[in-house]
Amino acid sequence: MSEHLLDVDDLYVEFRTRDGVAEAINGVSYTLDAGETLAVLGESGSGKSVTAQTIMGILDMPPGFITGGRILYNGKDLLTMPESERQKIRGAEIAMIFQDSLSALNPVFTVGDQIAEMFQVHRGMSKKEGMAKAVDLMEQVRIPAAKDRVKDYPHQFSGGMRQRIMIAMAISLDPKVLIADEPTTALDVTVQAQIMDLLKDLQRERNMGMILITHDLGVVAGVADKIAVMYAGRIVESANVWDLYAKPAHPYTQGLLDSMPRVDSKGEELYAIKGLPPSLLALPPGCNFNPRCPHRRERCVREVPPTEEVAENHTAACFFWKEVARG
Amino acid sequence: MAETIMQVKDVVKHYPLTRGIVFKKTVGQVRAVDGVSFDLHKGETLGIVGESGCGKSTLARLIMRLEDPTAGEIWFEGEDMAHLGSKALRSKRRDIQIVLQDPYTSLNPRMTVGDIVGEPFEIHTSVAPKGDRKKAVQDLLEVVGLNPEHINRYPHQFSGGQRQRIGIARGLALRPKIIVCDEPVSALDVSVQAQVINLFEQLQDEFDLTYIFIAHDLSVVRHISDRVGVMYLGKIVEIGDEASIYEYPTHPYTQALLSAVPVPDPLGREGRRRIVLQGDVPSPANPPSGCRFRTRCWKAQDICAEQEPPLLQIGTKGGQYSACHFPQVRDILDNDVPTGAIDLSDMPKE
Repeated sequence: MSEHLLDVDDLYVEFRTRDGVAEAINGVSYTLDAGETLAVLGESGSGKSVTAQTIMGILDMPPGFITGGRILYNGKDLLTMPESERQKIRGAEIAMIFQDSLSALNPVFTVGDQIAEMFQVHRGMSKKEGMAKAVDLMEQVRIPAAKDRVKDYPHQFSGGMRQRIMIAMAISLDPKVLIADEPTTALDVTVQAQIMDLLKDLQRERNMGMILITHDLGVVAGVADKIAVMYAGRIVESANVWDLYAKPAHPYTQGLLDSMPRVDSKGEELYAIKGLPPSLLALPPGCNFNPRCPHRRERCVREVPPTEEVAENHTAACFFWKEVARG
Repeated sequence: MAETIMQVKDVVKHYPLTRGIVFKKTVGQVRAVDGVSFDLHKGETLGIVGESGCGKSTLARLIMRLEDPTAGEIWFEGEDMAHLGSKALRSKRRDIQIVLQDPYTSLNPRMTVGDIVGEPFEIHTSVAPKGDRKKAVQDLLEVVGLNPEHINRYPHQFSGGQRQRIGIARGLALRPKIIVCDEPVSALDVSVQAQVINLFEQLQDEFDLTYIFIAHDLSVVRHISDRVGVMYLGKIVEIGDEASIYEYPTHPYTQALLSAVPVPDPLGREGRRRIVLQGDVPSPANPPSGCRFRTRCWKAQDICAEQEPPLLQIGTKGGQYSACHFPQVRDILDNDVPTGAIDLSDMPKE
């Protein structure tokens, strides 16, 4: 059996909409171990968040349908287990932080209530015990004057502080896996740096496996151990963080890296990947990236490129990765 | 030195905080922009960076005169835009256009692309006489890289990047001299963002434009700007050439901001000296006395609470200005090769 903490194996998810079937995830596989940070990188519509929602079991079904694959957590398949069992895992063993903290928190309850609820529901604690735990957690996520602020409502906190509360809720039950879906996208850079530092520290202290979902190549470079790059529902390249930035083997990854303006150098004209991300309702035949790819050949339109091993623990789904990696 | 096209002098915008419905009384002021001055040179791109709430978007609205400033002057071609009457303003406004952040809400969903891009011609009829309008709109669409045949489509039929191009075409319609870009690429995906940035640069050359480029993304601003101003709580704390600001920042806030920007390269993650600021930005309704950054500054002394540091030239050779009592050059980003373009000999060092 699988020896990984979390093992997503050949997952397929589609959305059946009025306009047709949107193929959101088309055979995604990745693994996560304790203490490891996996960054899932992709643009909007690449399926990075849908994968996370499927792992959490919070995918809207319908319109979403899981049409294939397994998600093993400690060797047990989350997708086939009864809902009652899954509920024990959701939030307690696998927890998630959402991007938009203002809409993820309930505006009519105090933050203390919302953190305490975790303990009341999952641990059968009294309200009073739960509130004491809430203060303790708010201190752990470095909210100043936690004792006084536990009875405040979400709108009384700044964006960064609200994100800390989300983190406090997520880590409250000592999860083994933490999924952070764009945790800093809505925040200013100085606050973003604080939150990423906090997440890293918490992960280290608790030896959590973390899945960081983001579109920001800069954030990823700072924290990730390994990276999976997603495009149109597929993982097009995966590698450890050093190899991916130094030797990208997929034209999409390469294009992304070249199209980033950098703060530490002025640079020449930016490389721009031509065209637009494809519609999930009508994916191009063959390789999904082929209409935008500078290395396109006839074969790319006919066949779907398999995931090939480029180097140890480095895979890319491109027929011509040798040529791409060299160039 | 390049010709100055616009001069912003001590512009202030305070929004009253009121209480009560029938008997309204003012209980305070939100000091959104609190004394901002700069010169804009012809043909340059002036980047304005800062965190949310620092007043950068209000500044854009003031320059466009979408808001009336509480005080201050905005000189453009011999006239003070801040105090022009509505008729004179209308003709002057032609020369200053804006591109907005959100391509989803800034385009009217009930108007076709042709109507959106051509609407400026309705007001400024002299630019394109009625018969030529369709042609003029199609030309504009072509210039920004859209298919001219899509003139009768509606905004929802376009992707985010394409919508931003529509917004740019609308901004270009009247052949303005200055375009104010308020976070024009922050809603776009990375691969599309580069396309739009390149388009801005290409249009600048083609139409001889001057940009005020407002953004929170310091990497994007560095890429596109010739000069950069850093704002904090309604004030410019440091302004200068792109190279000076990024390679030799002297204001602690600039330094902290730069050190927080994630660099897309894992090689740098061990060596970088990060300055992690504590706390949040104070409320602009009640800014700290003296220097506004002092509550989060590691260098703060008594004088910082007592006296507000003026924006003074740093060194004598460059055009770098810093509003700090203790300005010191510090290389935050470990720029591999100092360009040598800046003479540091008389700059205060660490």
